Amino acid sequence: MELIRPDTRFDFIGKKKYTACISAFVLLLSLGSILFHGGLNYGVDFAGGILIQIRFSKRIHISEVREAMEKIGSKEAMVQAFGGENEFLIRIEKTQEDLETMSKKIQLSLQEQFKDRALEIRRVEVVGPKVGKDLKRKALWAVGLSFLGMLIYVAWRFREVSYGLGGIVALIHDVIVTYGALSITNREYSLTVLAVILTIIGFSINDTIVIFDRVRENLKKMRKENLETIFNISVNETLGRTILTSGTVMMVVLILFFFGGPVINDFAFTLIVGLVSGTYSTVYIASPVVLFWHHHVTEKRKRRK
Amino acid sequence: MLRSLNLRFFLYAGITVFAILLFLPTLTTELPTWYYKVIPTEKIHLGLDLQGGMHLVLEVEAEKAVESYVERIKNNLKDDLKDKGVPVGKIEREKTDRIIMEVSGEKARWEKVLSDRYPMLQELSSTPLEKGIWRIGLVLDSKQADHIRKNAIDQALETIRNRVDQFGVSEPEITLQGVDRILVQLPGIKDPQRAVRLIGQTALLEFKLVDDEADLEEALKGNIPEGDIILYQRVVDPKTGGVKKIPYLLKEKTLMTGDVLKDARVALDSQFHEPYVALEFDDIGAKLFEQITGANVKKRLAIILDNNVYSAPVIQERISGGRAQITGRFDTKEASDLAIVLRAGALPSPVKIIEERTVGPSLGQDSIRKGIISILISAVLVVAFMIFYYRVSGMIADIALILNVVLVLAALAIFRATLTLPGIAGLVLSIGMAVDANILIHERIKEELRWGKTVRAAIDQGYHRAFVTIIDSNLTTLIAGILLYQFGTGPVRGFAVTLCIGILANIFTAVYVTRLVFDFLTLKLGVKRLSI
Repeated sequence: MELIRPDTRFDFIGKKKYTACISAFVLLLSLGSILFHGGLNYGVDFAGGILIQIRFSKRIHISEVREAMEKIGSKEAMVQAFGGENEFLIRIEKTQEDLETMSKKIQLSLQEQFKDRALEIRRVEVVGPKVGKDLKRKALWAVGLSFLGMLIYVAWRFREVSYGLGGIVALIHDVIVTYGALSITNREYSLTVLAVILTIIGFSINDTIVIFDRVRENLKKMRKENLETIFNISVNETLGRTILTSGTVMMVVLILFFFGGPVINDFAFTLIVGLVSGTYSTVYIASPVVLFWHHHVTEKRKRRK
Repeated sequence: MLRSLNLRFFLYAGITVFAILLFLPTLTTELPTWYYKVIPTEKIHLGLDLQGGMHLVLEVEAEKAVESYVERIKNNLKDDLKDKGVPVGKIEREKTDRIIMEVSGEKARWEKVLSDRYPMLQELSSTPLEKGIWRIGLVLDSKQADHIRKNAIDQALETIRNRVDQFGVSEPEITLQGVDRILVQLPGIKDPQRAVRLIGQTALLEFKLVDDEADLEEALKGNIPEGDIILYQRVVDPKTGGVKKIPYLLKEKTLMTGDVLKDARVALDSQFHEPYVALEFDDIGAKLFEQITGANVKKRLAIILDNNVYSAPVIQERISGGRAQITGRFDTKEASDLAIVLRAGALPSPVKIIEERTVGPSLGQDSIRKGIISILISAVLVVAFMIFYYRVSGMIADIALILNVVLVLAALAIFRATLTLPGIAGLVLSIGMAVDANILIHERIKEELRWGKTVRAAIDQGYHRAFVTIIDSNLTTLIAGILLYQFGTGPVRGFAVTLCIGILANIFTAVYVTRLVFDFLTLKLGVKRLSI
């Protein structure tokens, strides 16, 4: 079977002016949303606070849970439906009070108030402000170091800074877009989401490397062609693989999204966004950056000599 | 070439069989006992988010241990100076590790007391005030302070371990994290709040005399006599549930603490059938208790736990034999928990719970069910897709894919790694990514065939060319995975583990195992047209 005919020659690189506009727009939208929301929407993991997941065996309306929380005196508590019908997530972001005592108080009071509804406390997470700050710092290090790791690896493998740079710019694009999507859909930035961000970083660079590898090979074969044409041929030659791999991964991620349950839902959503962005950025970000570098930096240096 | 084909076949088959054997205990518990002796593996360890349980991070407030040490030194110093005839005025602890005192008389005298008996104190300042009074500032030696802090943390770890052991949790994990944090993991715990109480309680047991000579009413107004303190007894009204606080005026000096305890057990009152905690002291404690009770007959002795007065019975006579009891209105559970914490000993300094994650067992089961469903659906879809798109070659890739999953599970079993919910997600993800290597190879082989190469040459070239790319792309993901492991905690680490193992297994199955099958087809069966 052939998905992509071998003589396919889409002019990917030639459209870089338009795609640059699209990229700029998406990036601005993402950054704008993050700024508009006053930064990332840090979950309990990073902000510190309390998260309690409860389930009732009988039908109950969310307003009843909200009322119960108000009775306890936690006005800042956010209550949201979670997964199944009678399941809710209560979230309190607070960094001042003794969280452990507060969580105990809430649990006891809820059990008391819903005595006849068979309340089940399914999950409790209490993260102190210090731990949250620690995790935030670690998260930053992890993302930063992975950027650095990828930059060094790609630059070393391809013996050229421009390739490393192209890969990294694509990665930064993916991470911003993913954070932006989280911000637009008002999803939380949790530890699990961080795990996905790092996976996306690995996956996106993986995609980029496949194309760069082909470029390197074609550079030897087609000495007369200019770099732009070689990039375009390479993207086309690997297009079948790009679509197939992204397709299979997308398939399983969609399955996680629909069947993985509510806890894993944010995980799957983030992956979907990152996957789309990662595939896009390989073609429309990483390659143009390398070309740009060659036009403006490498060529100039040659001329000077 | 053929010989090496056989060799490879047996090698890979051996690895596969071994992996299945490692993984078998996870699937069924009905294996003969000899099996476990031969195969060094257990059931795959499930994370707390899957099997339910509690994850606690405690911070040891080691500064408090330094504080109470300096407080003790201060009291001793005061007594010693008085003994040696040095007039002492004000003597107070300042901040954590400093003592400020006002003394008068001959300078040599107090300096001798300090240098002879208190080498751990360093003189910071000495300023003459009026009338031959000196104000001396002392500070605890920083090495000594560090030592106390370290001891406090070690002892806290030990004590919490003891308490958890006596509480009866299967496979608890209690480890030091960083400098002053203790990680406690309690799988499958039923009553998390009780566990929190049991672990977090300082459990400092003290015996102090009630000051019956001074006026309690006066003291409550703020005129507390020197050397006295006010502590409260909490009495819960069984009918209304309201808490009443009864004040006690006590001598500040602690006569005895819980570290002389040998045993603590729950017993039942023969008259009222109320549970109480029976204490038994060790030899030193028994002697001390005899002395104290002997010297204070007809006075009241308060039994205090963590600054709460439990009871304050009148000492009727000298008590020998080293036994005492704590009464109070507990239920049996409370009494048995109290006995546990007393037996395990007090924490040298308070601990604070800075992180708690509890997952109920039903949520964990839900997650496992949904995880398995996701794995099965995605496996079926990917397998079907590969056959649909690549025909026979797709089947070969599918063999590699299934083997990949088996290898990851076997690796989890043998390394005793923990499978978490994000870990399952990682497994699902690696099913999607595992076929990437085969797609790369197959696409390449197709290209080579298109360029007119023979089947053999195309396979050779396909693998050769794709290999570099596969290594490059997998290594980068591996870098991300390792960083994730380094900086992640708990469930996220589980994800990093499955991701990394998945990548390594993938290189083996997708590159080497499939190559063997292709070689078998072309060399042994002489296949001339490739179904790809």
